[in-house]
Amino acid sequence: MAITGAILVLYLIAHMYGNLKIFSGQEAFDGYAHSLRELGYPLLPYEGFLWIARIVLLASILIHIYAVVVLWRRNHRARTARYQVTKRVQRSYSSYTMRYGGILIALFVVFHILHLTTNNIAPGGRSDSPYERMVNGFQPEFWFVTLFYLASVVAVGLHLRHGIWSAVTTLGGNKAGRQGKLNALATAIALIVAVGFAIPPLAVTFGLVS
Amino acid sequence: MNITLRVWRQKGPDDKGRMATYKLTDVSSDMSFLEMLDVLNEKLTLEGEDPVAFDHDCREGICGACGVVIDGEAHGPEMTTTCQLHMRSFNDGDTITVEPWRAKAFPVIKDLVVDRGAFDRIIQAGGYISAPTGTAPDAHATPVPKADADRAFDAATCISCGACVAACPNASAMLFTAAKVTHLGMLPQGQPERAARVVKMVNQHDEEDFGNCTNIGECAAVCPKGIPLDTISQLNRDLLGSLAKGVG
Amino acid sequence: MSDTDYFIVGDPVRDEKAPEGPINERWDKRRFSARLVNPANRRKLSVIMVGTGLAGAAAAATLGEAGYNVTTFCYQDSPRRAHSIAAQGGINAAKNYRNDGDSIYRLFYDTVKGGDFRSRESNVYRLAQTSVEIIDQCVAQGVPFAREYGGLLDNRSFGGVQVSRTFYARGQTGQQLLIGAYQALERQIAAGTVEMNTRHEMLELIVVDGKARGIIARDMVTGEIETHFADAVVLATGGYGNVFFLSTNAMGSNVTATWRAHRKGALFANPCYTQIHPTCIPVSGDYQSKLTLMSESLRNDGRIWVPKKQGDTRDPRQIPEDERDYYLERIYPSFGNLVPRDIASRAAKNVCDEGRGVGPSGLGVYLDFADAIQRMGIKAVEAKYGNLFDMYQRITGENPYEVPMRIYPAVHYTMGGLWVDYDLQSNIPGLFVTGEANFSDHGANRLGASALMQGLADGYFVLPNTINDYLADGPFEKIDESHPEAVAAKEQVTSRIDKLLSLQGSRTVDSFHKELGQIMWEYCGMERTEEGLTKAIGLIRELRAEFWRDVKVLGTNDELNQALEKAGRVADFLELGELMCIDALHRRESCGGHFRAESQTEDGEALRHDDEFAYVAAWEFGGDDSKPVLHKENLEYEYVEMKQRSYK
Repeated sequence: MAITGAILVLYLIAHMYGNLKIFSGQEAFDGYAHSLRELGYPLLPYEGFLWIARIVLLASILIHIYAVVVLWRRNHRARTARYQVTKRVQRSYSSYTMRYGGILIALFVVFHILHLTTNNIAPGGRSDSPYERMVNGFQPEFWFVTLFYLASVVAVGLHLRHGIWSAVTTLGGNKAGRQGKLNALATAIALIVAVGFAIPPLAVTFGLVS
Repeated sequence: MNITLRVWRQKGPDDKGRMATYKLTDVSSDMSFLEMLDVLNEKLTLEGEDPVAFDHDCREGICGACGVVIDGEAHGPEMTTTCQLHMRSFNDGDTITVEPWRAKAFPVIKDLVVDRGAFDRIIQAGGYISAPTGTAPDAHATPVPKADADRAFDAATCISCGACVAACPNASAMLFTAAKVTHLGMLPQGQPERAARVVKMVNQHDEEDFGNCTNIGECAAVCPKGIPLDTISQLNRDLLGSLAKGVG
Repeated sequence: MSDTDYFIVGDPVRDEKAPEGPINERWDKRRFSARLVNPANRRKLSVIMVGTGLAGAAAAATLGEAGYNVTTFCYQDSPRRAHSIAAQGGINAAKNYRNDGDSIYRLFYDTVKGGDFRSRESNVYRLAQTSVEIIDQCVAQGVPFAREYGGLLDNRSFGGVQVSRTFYARGQTGQQLLIGAYQALERQIAAGTVEMNTRHEMLELIVVDGKARGIIARDMVTGEIETHFADAVVLATGGYGNVFFLSTNAMGSNVTATWRAHRKGALFANPCYTQIHPTCIPVSGDYQSKLTLMSESLRNDGRIWVPKKQGDTRDPRQIPEDERDYYLERIYPSFGNLVPRDIASRAAKNVCDEGRGVGPSGLGVYLDFADAIQRMGIKAVEAKYGNLFDMYQRITGENPYEVPMRIYPAVHYTMGGLWVDYDLQSNIPGLFVTGEANFSDHGANRLGASALMQGLADGYFVLPNTINDYLADGPFEKIDESHPEAVAAKEQVTSRIDKLLSLQGSRTVDSFHKELGQIMWEYCGMERTEEGLTKAIGLIRELRAEFWRDVKVLGTNDELNQALEKAGRVADFLELGELMCIDALHRRESCGGHFRAESQTEDGEALRHDDEFAYVAAWEFGGDDSKPVLHKENLEYEYVEMKQRSYK
């Protein structure tokens, strides 16, 4: 789970970098999207890299979810009788919401692909330009799309906040005296990713990008 | 002070169990929590009601026998064992809920008493250094850097009370297991069996139906001996190393 | 009424096993003369081990490693909870790592002298010899002793001795040593050589043809009364300090196993030798269930005092220097606050008896760190004693950095126990006794940091080398549950349980236990008199009769029934208490932990009578309605000259 999580986090950072290109204008953004298809070409076939990435990502997601299910079933079995009163001592909101936040993110990813990749869902009209799909999709009249996007981004941030810390610990990287730094690092990455993803659609909604 | 107690009563392993409510008057704030339960039991006995069973022994915070969940917190509101918790941590008029450790691996025997035999079996699986009596070299034969000895000691102070399991949302015993792996793994004497130890202990941990660790940290937050959470990371590191080497 | 109205004098008893010759060769000689058991035959031989503290777990693990079939029993839910775990200070060993003049001989000498010349020289010398191996063994097991920056083991001086021979693991030495032994034991359980029965309490000994052959134990979860057989039985069940109700012992510590063996013929030696530890947290109310020890090391820097005036209830910080009595420094100028435990305890009792005690109950003296904080700074005091101060604050709610601590003596350790020979075998063949449960090594007073040493010496090194000599004659004739002795023993147990459950009287078990404790503390505590002891015997007899008439135990035998467990233990304490008083009454001298008011020097110090009392008092059970029989074992000192102790 830690390893697949780490792959997905790295992907998210790259994805966020790409999204921020929207501020460089339509040409740059579409060019960037196109360049991904040609990455490694001609060594790899056209869209070869993209498909490799997609397969790796899909496998990561599936393994990640499979691991969650196994873990969840085990942990559920481990306590059959519940407490009458429970109190959180250390548990953070982010660790508390890992499971439901994860489900939200999974649903969002499906919508997100249908919306901006395959464009099967196209609020504001279809387009061959990724830039235009973005701009169309997050127009003020589609505030609910933006809101859903933002809620999902918050969920991603929370998920990363605990996930990064947890993954590093699981992989044995949490050494004595390092706990504070590690937590700060996880919070920083989570914040950067969440804010980084939230800016482009907000910019569209508020008309900074059109 | 006067308090109301809501206590888990369960006649035996197969009984369904229920919460019972008792009122206690004139509780001294200098009483320990267990002494308050003693007073309750004296009262119940004289009234002809079965006293509440709870585990306890040394009553000085070191044997690890006692432990109940008080108002949702393992060992109650202070970071100490239940026997070292005093009534001055509560207020007059409080209602206090007392429940046993809850985990499938810790079945309830009666009332607040649970069976923690799973911990012994985890130790049996590898929580030791094989040093039969009489085989030891001189104690000074192998110096141990002070920092390593201190860290081994910190991990070795675990009293096996089970609060980590009780508090863990997943009922995992990873902190307990990790404390032993860290204690023995920090010492030169523990190296020959280090790779195999962690695999065997974690396997046993899983076999006992403890949940798995999701690094939430409730365990270390309630641990009366302050076993640090990073011991779990050390366990993971050792485990990954062993698996990479093909041990287990 | 003379004290012989309480007992009969029988034949003297002798330790036949200790070899003659130079003291440093005796253990070697004994190991050589003891018969061996072929490794292939060991698996045909079985040993029952009752109690799994330091002595029990160490012995069970070692015998398991040797290949014997070992079955162990403990009343706790895990062997790792035995009360050995609570020992704080450390463990002595004559390693001389400090190069400060220590040696096996010096440790031997200190221990014999500290025991006030009431222990056996041969045993104590062996203890000192073995101490060296214990440290090696424990380090090999991974016990994290304190170390210095060079990586070597640290030592400290402890209990007023002049050499640094105490090994320690912060304030948790007992815990770390016990976990070491526990892990060795669990390893043998996994290997199948040891079968562990937790939550089991031994309630009777089975003696067949004069040999100990098994026990009756109660499964404390199901209530099942089980019969277990073996070729030898070892009791490692600890001390009986809980006869005082309030003590530093664990709540479950009890005398039942040894007392039941005593009733079956095992001699009980020196029951009145009780160690009262001077630095415990005072009692705060009648709900108090146990007393907590504060490490003796506090006396290194804290100053003990009481107000000069009686009934002075002022805040201690408001009492000016010239109205304070630093009584230990005044009476014992050369040792001051560091006098041995028995002396410090009695001095505290004396000032409280004068009405100068402090705290709500008047039973307490101040242990003041104000001078130490001024001299060393608060940081240094915190570094040295921080955890103890925290513990004190947690229990009392007072901040010892600001207000002087209050301390009072409490029962801590019992030097008496079942009589054993050099092989640790009782007078019942096949019944061995180790650790605090036996009487062997501490005489009338135990020095600091030597209880852990004795438990592990017995467990790892002595018993495993001596029990062979007995087992070499085995395996003994097979017996089963239908054997008349086994049937009778089981019947005794069940009828006692039935009786306890059927009484349905009006008083709880604890109320009897508390009353017994008050009698014992008042009359058989720090200071004993003929009058008081005689009175106590009468009170105990009345209380025992009332117990068997009026105790209230609810529930059934077929469940976890903690009141029933307690009732059985208190019933045995009610018998033991009487024997302790009789022993204390007959010993008309003061020695070690036993102070008879009639036997003191002009300035109030303990006065021994070596001409009359240089013997071990080994008591034989005379029957429920008959007097106990006193068997004396003469003590001879070839190596250490008998002297009156002086700490002035």
